[in-house]
Amino acid sequence: MVDRLLGRGHAEGGPENQNAAVWAHVQQARNLKRPHTLELLKAMADEFVELHGDRLFGDDSAIVAGLARISGRRIVVIGFQKGQDTEENIRRNFGLPHPEGYRKAMRVMEMAERYSMPILTFVDVQGAFPGAAAEERGIAEAIARSVGLMTRLRTPILVVITGEGGSGGALGLAVGDVVLALENSIYSVISPEGCATILWRNSDQSQAAAVAMKVTAGEQVELGIVDAVIEEPGEGAHTDPTEMARRIKDVVIERLDELGRLTIDELVEARYKRYRAYGPYTVAERPAAPPERVGIADRLRGLLNTRPSMPFPGTRRNGPSGREET
Amino acid sequence: MPVHLPFRPRRDAYPPDLWTKCPGCAEMLFNKQLDKSLRVCPHCSHHFRIPARTRIEQLVDGGSFVERDSDLSPVDALGFVDLKAYPDRLMAAQLSTGLRDAAVWGIGSIGGRPVSMCVMDFGFIGGSMGSVVGEKVARAGEAAIEGRIPLIIVSSSGGARMQEGTYSLMQLVKTMGVVELVKAARVPFISVLTDPTTGGVFASFAVVGDVNIAEPNAIIRFAGDRVSSGTISEELPAGYARSEFWFSHGFVDRIVSRAHLRDEIIALLGFLIAPSLNGAGEPPAPPASKSRSFLSALTGALAGEGAADSRNGETNGSRGEAPRG
Repeated sequence: MVDRLLGRGHAEGGPENQNAAVWAHVQQARNLKRPHTLELLKAMADEFVELHGDRLFGDDSAIVAGLARISGRRIVVIGFQKGQDTEENIRRNFGLPHPEGYRKAMRVMEMAERYSMPILTFVDVQGAFPGAAAEERGIAEAIARSVGLMTRLRTPILVVITGEGGSGGALGLAVGDVVLALENSIYSVISPEGCATILWRNSDQSQAAAVAMKVTAGEQVELGIVDAVIEEPGEGAHTDPTEMARRIKDVVIERLDELGRLTIDELVEARYKRYRAYGPYTVAERPAAPPERVGIADRLRGLLNTRPSMPFPGTRRNGPSGREET
Repeated sequence: MPVHLPFRPRRDAYPPDLWTKCPGCAEMLFNKQLDKSLRVCPHCSHHFRIPARTRIEQLVDGGSFVERDSDLSPVDALGFVDLKAYPDRLMAAQLSTGLRDAAVWGIGSIGGRPVSMCVMDFGFIGGSMGSVVGEKVARAGEAAIEGRIPLIIVSSSGGARMQEGTYSLMQLVKTMGVVELVKAARVPFISVLTDPTTGGVFASFAVVGDVNIAEPNAIIRFAGDRVSSGTISEELPAGYARSEFWFSHGFVDRIVSRAHLRDEIIALLGFLIAPSLNGAGEPPAPPASKSRSFLSALTGALAGEGAADSRNGETNGSRGEAPRG
């Protein structure tokens, strides 16, 4: 689907087509009928016991967490939960989590570490709830601590981006040893609408923002942020949730086996190094000394004489050559 | 090693006959006076935003600051174009600030004690955190661990830099990873939140200092105005998401005016630095927890890597499609 959509966009060449293809991908990632954490678990897990509450303030129904048995393995599953209809969406706050959700997740992750259970997270969230209630209870602190905890947690963490991977809200559950993404999912530093509002000062430019940020799962693999894409059945995950869950399960089992071959120290060190290395930069060329002011007499002399002091004809006269490396 | 950029310096020095209108009380302020008062309005104590280098001068012992990695420069990995191309925005910001990116880090001393310090500059694309800012914060943290000196980060940022896409998002993880090591190594970390500290910077290292200090009336929030007004409609109370709001909600230890900031940090360091820090006396106790072996291994590895880094500073193990050259 990604390749088809993007391929078509590229083949026809027009930026409008590419915008439309990427936007169709974004819409697909947001399709309300897509299976979320609980639907996927129902199809994947032999057994699931949901755990509630952050032990501090309350329970956030936009993030679910619990103990699951998948192909006989004990794992901890944490994921975002949007509703599939209006009523459920209201109950789940449209899948926009408050700090309690991340604090519940942290509590359960620490438990997973204590009892040597790997962690599987499902990421599908537009972003954390942006209102005053979340802000004043410290959504920023909750996300920061959750991210920090996941960088050092001594148990394998597998992340599957199933729909929208939106901003810090998604990142709060998306730090792992392996990061997978469903074919039609997206991952971005801010929602395309937010980006358009800030950079274009016009939310109508969301399509252009989605293209510019390279939000699609395939592009995120190319950037090295996502390790692999899991193909979706039919016209998308929502058309066959059971098959989708089966495919996820196969990959999850395979990856857990791989991670299981590492010692915990190796695992955590590799995870740390992975995230420590993210982000390209260059070391700029040293600024050249200001060019000497050459008098007219010298310039004439230079024109008349060949310059034997120059080792290569192509060398520039002033300053060191531009050295730019990543 | 300080690198002097061949750029037009930022307009820090105002012509002495110029006046500035205070946005807080609309008073006309004489610039020379304003500089003397550390760019704080003497009438309403409005704290003007200040460039990173000015901030450093105000905090460290005179002449003690040695900048590191001033030649780290951003890369347009995504080929990002909004209303302007990202390289054009970078160029404009570099010209107007004289910095290569939105953070300055280095080693200095405060009250005679060496510290590792990273200061963000709002004048550079809103102080936004891309790969270079994340890297500088991380290196400041690593230097703090290696030298067993306190880490001080002064934040002033709109959040993650959208033009670097998910690489910017990953800087939250990179910086938090290092902060976790700083804490495990029992190295003090003071976070100073100044106007504004928002988005991904607030939601990573800025909020998790051993001590969080905020300048008065600074805007500090996770979800920006434009973001939340586009997503939900909600009336926000006056004084919402200002320093005092965070003080009353328990996320900021102290609100400190600019004139007292340096003294406050000196006082805090006097408590947080155990006699064993800074080389005197016993070596510091290893972090006591089950994760000891990993952390000592990792901090050991980091120290080794750090040494390798200084010899071979250009190498950057960025994953995937790291553009070369």
